[in-house]
Amino acid sequence: MKAILTVLGKDKVGIVAKISSVLADNSCNIEDISQTIMDEIFSMIMLVTIDEEQINFNTLKTLLSQTGDKIGVQISLQQENLFNFMHRI
Amino acid sequence: MFISHKEILETVSMLQKQSLDIRTITIGINLLDCIDDNPSKLKQKIYKKITAKAKNLTAVAEEIQSKYGVPIINKRVSVTPIAALVNAGSFTDITPLAVMLDKAAADIGIDFLGGFSALVHKGFTKGDRLLLSSIPKALSSTERVCASIGVATTKAGINMDAVKLLGDIIKDTAAATADRDGVGCAKLVVFCNIPEDNPFMAGAYHGFGEGETVINVGISGPGVIRSAIAGNKSAGLSELAEIIKKTAFKITRVGELVAQEAAQRLGVSKGIVDLSLAPTPTIGDSVAEILEEMGLEKCGTHGTTAALALLNDAVKKGGAFAASATGGLSGAFIPVSEDSAMAEAAADGVLSLSKLEAMTAVCSVGLDMIALPGDISSENISAIIADEMAIGIINNKTTAARLIPVPGKTVGQRADFGGLLGNTPIIATSKYSAAEFINRGGRIPAPLRSLTN
Repeated sequence: MKAILTVLGKDKVGIVAKISSVLADNSCNIEDISQTIMDEIFSMIMLVTIDEEQINFNTLKTLLSQTGDKIGVQISLQQENLFNFMHRI
Repeated sequence: MFISHKEILETVSMLQKQSLDIRTITIGINLLDCIDDNPSKLKQKIYKKITAKAKNLTAVAEEIQSKYGVPIINKRVSVTPIAALVNAGSFTDITPLAVMLDKAAADIGIDFLGGFSALVHKGFTKGDRLLLSSIPKALSSTERVCASIGVATTKAGINMDAVKLLGDIIKDTAAATADRDGVGCAKLVVFCNIPEDNPFMAGAYHGFGEGETVINVGISGPGVIRSAIAGNKSAGLSELAEIIKKTAFKITRVGELVAQEAAQRLGVSKGIVDLSLAPTPTIGDSVAEILEEMGLEKCGTHGTTAALALLNDAVKKGGAFAASATGGLSGAFIPVSEDSAMAEAAADGVLSLSKLEAMTAVCSVGLDMIALPGDISSENISAIIADEMAIGIINNKTTAARLIPVPGKTVGQRADFGGLLGNTPIIATSKYSAAEFINRGGRIPAPLRSLTN
């Protein structure tokens, strides 16, 4: 399953590293990544492939949310199809 | 990335900051096969069918919510009009049937079940009369059951005997729930041109033209439209209509995706997406605030009908392109108590009953969630309904009335219905009587569909 991971919060050292390690530990492949900083708000978006035989989507969501709480950023994980549906005809 | 960074952040912002949600996933269930002239057997069959067909509704909605990060606020059931099921048999009071529907709704974890309904636009059957007479007791002894009555259609005209009867029924229902400001009436809607596939309560029922089971989805998102307008302060009205259309398209696509997935997971047909902007009492989730963002100092002032017409039409145009099948009520809702900015405008006196009536001529749906003085006569309630039905038959549109005469309260006081039903001022009505007109009874004939001046 392909999903979009969104990170929003104050920029600090180690955000990418910490999130990437959660993904790597759970066999998720990062296919694309982009980040910007606007008005001191850090935003990062990743396109990830989740191997559902290795990790359940909801479990991964919870793990990421806990990681977000620890480093003080908000992390969302949503299936990619939502964005295709909304933004492409 | 196929989708741009900006587009992804737009979606996330809609969901996290602008209250974008799916207001309801409603499963429509045909109950005609439950008909039995033995009341207890009928009750058992209905309970069994509803709980079997809708048992996975809540779980499926939660799975979809988690997968896409889109809140799905309500899970609901609509059923075949109950009046059609009680024509046979020895029923005298069908309140026990309503109580059983309430239990079925509670057992499957949903907040409302619609279909305690009758279609009486041309006349009454035995079942219709039974249902109508049971409404005050049924709605006061249940929490989740919603009633809707079709009293008019463009092709049939208005059944004024039914309109007259409903004035009394509404007063009695308010009296039966007087300890909660007459909240029973919040679960009763009177319709002209009632849609068969509406997913929204309190007016949802599973129409006779529908299949066995069907999933209908109601979208929401007034906050998203308001934000889009707020970001374009200098836009002319043509440009504004384009902005609303594009935003409505995106919102509706979410509804389409959820409808497709819910139908597939539940193994039932996908019905329609209802393109409605449904406000809640939460600040920022308001249709009145959209109109104010468009440039009106206060909702209800001159220009409100025009602004609402633009909004309603643009939402439909954007939404219709986004969904494979649209239906239900589709438009901007103006439920006064459920929209905090609208309730505030009513308290300020700028949003009057007359202005609301004018607004219903250009939007979905009608005079909705309006608190009236408790001492209003039943004939004047009927007359307010008749006015609203007349707008519907002449303009070939759905109109409705959900009126709540608040026992013991009058203009200057407020009613509190709790939760999503909101808190609202009592609205002033005319001091003059329409009793003689209403007591004539009979029917207002179907209108001519030409010479449209």
